[in-house]
Amino acid sequence: MADIVIDRVVKEFGSFRALQEVSLTVNDGEFVALLGPSGCGKTTLLRIIAGLETQSSGRVVIGGRDVSDLAPRKRRLAMVFQNYAVFPHMTVFENVAFGLRMQKASQADVRRKVERAAALLHIDGYLDRYPAKLSGGQRQRVAVARALAVEPAVLLMDEPLSNLDALLRLEMRTELKAVLREAGTTTIYVTHDQTEAMGLADRIAVMYGGKIDQIGSPLEIYATPATRFVGGFIGSPPMNFIKVRCAQGKAQIGAAVLPCPVAGGDIELGLRGEDASLTADGAGIPFDVRVVEPMGSHLLLTGSIDGQLARIVAPPTAKVDAGARVGLSVDPSRLTWIDSGTGRAMART
Amino acid sequence: MTAATSKVLEPGRSTTLPSARRFLLWTGIVALLAWVLVPIYFVALGAFGGRLGVFRWPKSIWPTDLAIEPMMQFLTIEGVFNALINSLIAAGLTVLFSIALGAPAGYALARYTFRGQNAYRLLVLLTRAFPLAILALPLTVSFIRLGLYDTPFGVSLIHTVLALPFAALVTQSLFMGIPREYEEAAWVFGCTRFQAFMRVVLPLALPGLAATAIFAFVISWNEVFAASILTVRERTLTAYLLRILSESPLHYRFAGGFILIIPSVLFIFAVRRYLFAVWGIASK
Repeated sequence: MADIVIDRVVKEFGSFRALQEVSLTVNDGEFVALLGPSGCGKTTLLRIIAGLETQSSGRVVIGGRDVSDLAPRKRRLAMVFQNYAVFPHMTVFENVAFGLRMQKASQADVRRKVERAAALLHIDGYLDRYPAKLSGGQRQRVAVARALAVEPAVLLMDEPLSNLDALLRLEMRTELKAVLREAGTTTIYVTHDQTEAMGLADRIAVMYGGKIDQIGSPLEIYATPATRFVGGFIGSPPMNFIKVRCAQGKAQIGAAVLPCPVAGGDIELGLRGEDASLTADGAGIPFDVRVVEPMGSHLLLTGSIDGQLARIVAPPTAKVDAGARVGLSVDPSRLTWIDSGTGRAMART
Repeated sequence: MTAATSKVLEPGRSTTLPSARRFLLWTGIVALLAWVLVPIYFVALGAFGGRLGVFRWPKSIWPTDLAIEPMMQFLTIEGVFNALINSLIAAGLTVLFSIALGAPAGYALARYTFRGQNAYRLLVLLTRAFPLAILALPLTVSFIRLGLYDTPFGVSLIHTVLALPFAALVTQSLFMGIPREYEEAAWVFGCTRFQAFMRVVLPLALPGLAATAIFAFVISWNEVFAASILTVRERTLTAYLLRILSESPLHYRFAGGFILIIPSVLFIFAVRRYLFAVWGIASK
């Protein structure tokens, strides 16, 4: 078991700065997801932690040991790759045993640990098969079993579920969470899928443009995004941003007036679609509905607030017609106030 | 209406058109096969037919009174056996050198990006553009100075030069076909770079490396010019046959030719799948 400290890591590819002074602390036994769109540097960061890529500057400390200049094999970690990287010329047993063999574990030890990891991932029936005879989901299990068999202090996962179909992904996600909870391994998990990150992680680090925009628990990140990017990236539908002007503690939206807890000029109001509710009498923030999409569990309303695009989630039983103007009431404590200039959330005064 | 007629016509067209195409295809295949196999067949007839078989007229295209004796007689000619051994040594060393030098070069080309990579790739091929005839005299002089003249080892060095471009480029595409992630996984799970290569990359590359090895073998086996000018007594089989066959009876020439053809044909047959893979044609 070990904690991970990433200390001001910078990675440059030529003149391109892929990571700009990223710092992150992962506690012992914690599951942290690196979440972001492609090209945000999350995989680069993971590869630097693994030692597959060398940082331009900064340090990586695992379990109190500075591993910045160590080869991958000396970092005492395990990794699950996006394309599984299950060795095609070895049986499932030899694949799972690979790390143990390299550690020169005794024959009995290898057998015991391989069988335990295989049982955990439900691949004990295929130990004699070659990977070519396995389905994608089974190969994925082999890759995870191989990583867990060495009982690593740190487990790194690079989009491990992205090559599976949707149903299998859901199933593996649930199983992965249970397995990793049992193993108690410190885990860093790279993904671009917010539901994966929200479902699996103790904490999520949202990355954008080579920086970590926000680190926090899934609920924290969802409810109080630190930047406009985080608000727009997390949640479905994404957060709505409505330009408002604040003066004397009041923000004007159409005919409605909200208390404005921040000071400043150009401000955007961040509003989650499900935090607004339709008022019975049409009072409140005016919302012009353009499209109504019945999604089963809810109605997705697309329209405009004060001339700006917004998506609102309404209960499935609500009676709303396209073209109608409805009123929205919001809980002021669930609003995010964002500085238009910097894109960062503003502290409430 | 038009849709209906075209629907009626289509099945007919779809059976006639491909059958005409198939006929063309098979004609082409037969012509190409004949182009390659008929000369080999006649060489074989000559090689096993003996003196009478070679001069019989009109020639029979069917194998009549074949015998193994002419071939055995040929193999017992003085010097043939020694030349055969020399050829094997030269070809064996060529295989060794071109794999030992070419595979690391191919690996570097496949796995690393470095300045001048494309220029290097072109340069490797350009060595083949250099006419050996121009190099012959200076090479002979320096080989005599170095004590390499008239040795199979010296011949194998020149043959390695000829085989190396292929070895480097073929192994490059071979290593490119092995995902980098395999190696990275091996590093993470405790391998040094060398161990990862030996345990993961090499087993996966082995069939292709074998093809490259046989390719180098055949290049050396068939090469005659360099072998002729760099040796006097310790000739390779091709060089030796070139000298003696001009003054031998016809059926010996056929026997010699046949022996030279066989390894190439066997090689191409054995590695055809890898060659197709190298040229980017799927063999599925």
